[in-house]
Amino acid sequence: MYQERMKIDWWTVVLWGVLALFGVLNIYSATYSDGQMSLFSFKAFSGKQLVWLGAAVLMAVLILFTEPRFFSNGAYPIYGAVMLLLVATLFLAVTVNGGKSWIEVAGFRFQPSEFSKFATALALAKYMSGIDVEWKQARTKLGALLLIGVPAALVFLQHDTGSALVFVAFLLPLFREGLSGGILVVGVVAVALFILSLLVNKYILLGVLALVAVFYLFVWLNKRNARDYWRTLGVLAVCAVFVFSVDMMFNKVLEPHQRERIDVLLGKSEDLQGSGYNVHQSKIAIGSGGFMGKGYLQGTLTKADFVPEQHTDFIFCTVGEEWGWVGSSILVVLYVVLLVHLVNMAERQRSTFSRFYGYSVASILFVHLFVNVGMVLGLVPVIGIPLPFFSYGGSSMLAFTMLLFVFIRLDATKNQLY
Amino acid sequence: MSNRYADRSHVVKVIFIVVGVLFVGRLAMLQLFSPKYRELARQQSLRPVTQYPARGFIYDRNGNLLVHNEAVYDLMVVPRMVDKDFDVDYFCQSLGITPQDYADRMKKAKKYSQYAPSIFMKQISKEEYAKFENKMYRFKGFYISQRTLRIYDRPIAAQVLGYVGEVDQGDLDRDAYYRQGDYIGKSGLEKSYETVLRGLKGKKIMQVDVHNREVGPYKDGAFDTLPVEGMNLYTAIDADLQQYAEELMANKRGCVVALEPSTGEVLAMVSAPTYDPNLLVGRIRGENYAKLNSNWGKPMLNRAMLGQYPPGSIFKVAQAVTALELGVITPQTGFVCDKSLVGCHNHPSARSVQEAIKMSCNPYFYQVYRRVIQQGKYKNIYKDAQYGLTVWHDYMMRFGFGQKLPIDLPRSGMSTGNIPDTAYYNNPRWYGRERWAFSTIYSNSIGQGEVTVVPLQMANLAAIVANRGYYITPHVVRFYGPDSLQDEEYHTRHETGIHREYFDIAAQGMYDVVHVAGGTGRRARVDGLDVCGKTGTAQNNRDDHSVFIAFAPKDNPKIAMAVYVENARGGGGSWAAPIAGLIIERYLNGEVKRKDVEKMYREINPCQPPLPPKEKKTK
Repeated sequence: MYQERMKIDWWTVVLWGVLALFGVLNIYSATYSDGQMSLFSFKAFSGKQLVWLGAAVLMAVLILFTEPRFFSNGAYPIYGAVMLLLVATLFLAVTVNGGKSWIEVAGFRFQPSEFSKFATALALAKYMSGIDVEWKQARTKLGALLLIGVPAALVFLQHDTGSALVFVAFLLPLFREGLSGGILVVGVVAVALFILSLLVNKYILLGVLALVAVFYLFVWLNKRNARDYWRTLGVLAVCAVFVFSVDMMFNKVLEPHQRERIDVLLGKSEDLQGSGYNVHQSKIAIGSGGFMGKGYLQGTLTKADFVPEQHTDFIFCTVGEEWGWVGSSILVVLYVVLLVHLVNMAERQRSTFSRFYGYSVASILFVHLFVNVGMVLGLVPVIGIPLPFFSYGGSSMLAFTMLLFVFIRLDATKNQLY
Repeated sequence: MSNRYADRSHVVKVIFIVVGVLFVGRLAMLQLFSPKYRELARQQSLRPVTQYPARGFIYDRNGNLLVHNEAVYDLMVVPRMVDKDFDVDYFCQSLGITPQDYADRMKKAKKYSQYAPSIFMKQISKEEYAKFENKMYRFKGFYISQRTLRIYDRPIAAQVLGYVGEVDQGDLDRDAYYRQGDYIGKSGLEKSYETVLRGLKGKKIMQVDVHNREVGPYKDGAFDTLPVEGMNLYTAIDADLQQYAEELMANKRGCVVALEPSTGEVLAMVSAPTYDPNLLVGRIRGENYAKLNSNWGKPMLNRAMLGQYPPGSIFKVAQAVTALELGVITPQTGFVCDKSLVGCHNHPSARSVQEAIKMSCNPYFYQVYRRVIQQGKYKNIYKDAQYGLTVWHDYMMRFGFGQKLPIDLPRSGMSTGNIPDTAYYNNPRWYGRERWAFSTIYSNSIGQGEVTVVPLQMANLAAIVANRGYYITPHVVRFYGPDSLQDEEYHTRHETGIHREYFDIAAQGMYDVVHVAGGTGRRARVDGLDVCGKTGTAQNNRDDHSVFIAFAPKDNPKIAMAVYVENARGGGGSWAAPIAGLIIERYLNGEVKRKDVEKMYREINPCQPPLPPKEKKTK
């Protein structure tokens, strides 16, 4: 059998290492005021994160020495095992911050939901690379929906709405494999309508929509037939129903704290005690960084006392305050470079399995980046999910590293087919 | 394997890049083009200050204060803020400490953190604080943080009230409300009503100038939350009665539980030896805790709820009414006092249930229990005993035995007692299936053997007879908070399902115990009061325990109680009964006229070291 020599994509490895180490430095700074413990002290969060990083390196090496076939053949068993773990979590979870997504094994706490994204990416890639799978078939769509929906629902049941939302990421790899782009457009339009109908009078909004329809029919189209009329009217009707059901969805489906967070984002409410305080503080902290920042360890606002979750979900503030516009922009650029590079890597795969998996990795990282940084910058409602490789946390560090390195391993022998 | 959609990779990449550009743009907006945020940040040197609410007070049933708070002051230090040329000698002089002490405390604070405040000196009293309050401005880096301490107005009911202590790691993990250094109820009412008493912490955000001086609330307090004061507890404890009972139990080991039968309210709950609850407050707590914890008499243990004792003959009351209800005996059933079955003291044979209770005849209740266990439903004696025991166990559970009564004290500090069932004896480690019958378990009939009961359950038994067939779950707190909140459980009647007329017979028997010649508990008698009681003498591997349950008056009872004196070398009639009599007299008459009796039982300590084994007897 043809044995291909491993060609590891070192650029990705280096990017990963730079992000993770920069993360440790910032975690140390964010928790600095708690004392003068050294960066390496195991009592400090930074020291603990270094231990996790060490464990992640060990795991990465193991993954690189694993036969890629293991991942494609093991995709379904791994998926099944993680689903069982998610179900078990529902019963065994210890409550942390109101969520029920943590379980404790031998004194260590970890979050199975972090690993469910990896398992789903593997299983979906396996599924989409099946010989007889055609996206056009309804059966295929249903199967893919099930593979994504089950873990998403289980994570949602653990009161971890943020992590459940991440499963939206799989729309991008599916889009690459043939999912109609229309769905993405419909999604964007739906979000826009949702926000607008919370902000603007619904009748005015509908009037504007009707005007758009009239413009489309009589100005845009120069030839029109009965079907065009009916179709436009149908779309308008759906929009109207959607706009009027927004209030119901908003008040009945969302939980009070989630409504509050959306209101805060839209500027309708100034929730000074709750999440509004966090966002307000984080914007001030970032704003105070200026062009060059205050310098490492010199930040005064991004300490644990002011912004809760400073070292986890709000770690980006510390970067903003201490490294300024230059530093935080470089960080954003680093992430975008990694994401685009991952897409390029995915495109050079010979197997659908690897390509799909690569897209999934890029998309999952992207959604985390978008939601986390968007939240800190006040562009997205407060949703507590970590910044990949950067935020403090053992489960997320291990899970993201596993996600990425399995792809690096698949890419290293990309000419083999699994 | 289709690569038809390869072009779409560009769409994905564009999405990623657009979001990146959006973020960089937003960052530029916040950091470069909006001076608003920089201005806000410049003004904003903020210090979040936690505001501690006052813990709720605890009152007795007559409105007397049992527990309140007193302000104390923690001296805090931020080591980095202390000036280099700080006048250590002057500081030590003001505070009354040695320079060596200062160095040690400072070292500890520095070890914790240079930047974060830590406690330099804990719980300084108001008087001490007043002495150096006006000098504080000279001690840069030091500031005062106010806290409250529990003050127990009378040194009584220590185990019931419980104590407050610093949170431990378990508390921190369990409830995100607490922070390191917070206080939490550790036992007693302080623990079981923690969420009621503690209130809600508030947060104040103070603006701080460059010299770290607080210049005022940030944004006029828009971000502040006010602390919500803890709610008060209004207990059913009668402080005077509690104190009196504690005085009677001083020098002894044992406990007293007194209930109001009609409501289930706990009038007094004494566990002896006891301690002054003020010992477990403030700076002296650690040292005293260690001392109390190692004391051989275990003063911190609430014997009234944690002790599992053989009930002895008081258990016969429950046997009598159960057997009557089952129809295996009638009120007029008589049995010969045959000491070959089980030992007894010298008395004429009982001709009725009432007489049997009065004289506490062991062979009589041996026979009663035999009829309950051997009902003749099965030919096989083992199966018959299984059936009988199941029926009996069911009845005993209705008296609240063998289970934790849901009283409003911490469940962790409570025992179930033991009422053996078939599973218990069928366990191969005990007898095993079909290897036991009446002849192996008859000791249960007289409250010995495998049966154990918690003193609270004994008092509850007295309440059940007083009520003639039901009880309301005992509870210490009548209501709490400004809206007089109450728990539904403490209004619910728990019926035994035994007819009232049988309880009338038992009550009459208990009346005879105290009032009729030949009764075993005549020392519980109080002139002018219809005291009903039942003695018990519980055997154990040391001296007998002296037990007495009682209620009074006979009709429309106001108090039901149990007295348990450990290793008293004497029957229930000789120690527990007179103590119960005195407590009843104190409660119903308001004062005790029999000063000589009172003096005697207050001063004598009957609890003696073990003696050589003696003849087996139960009264």
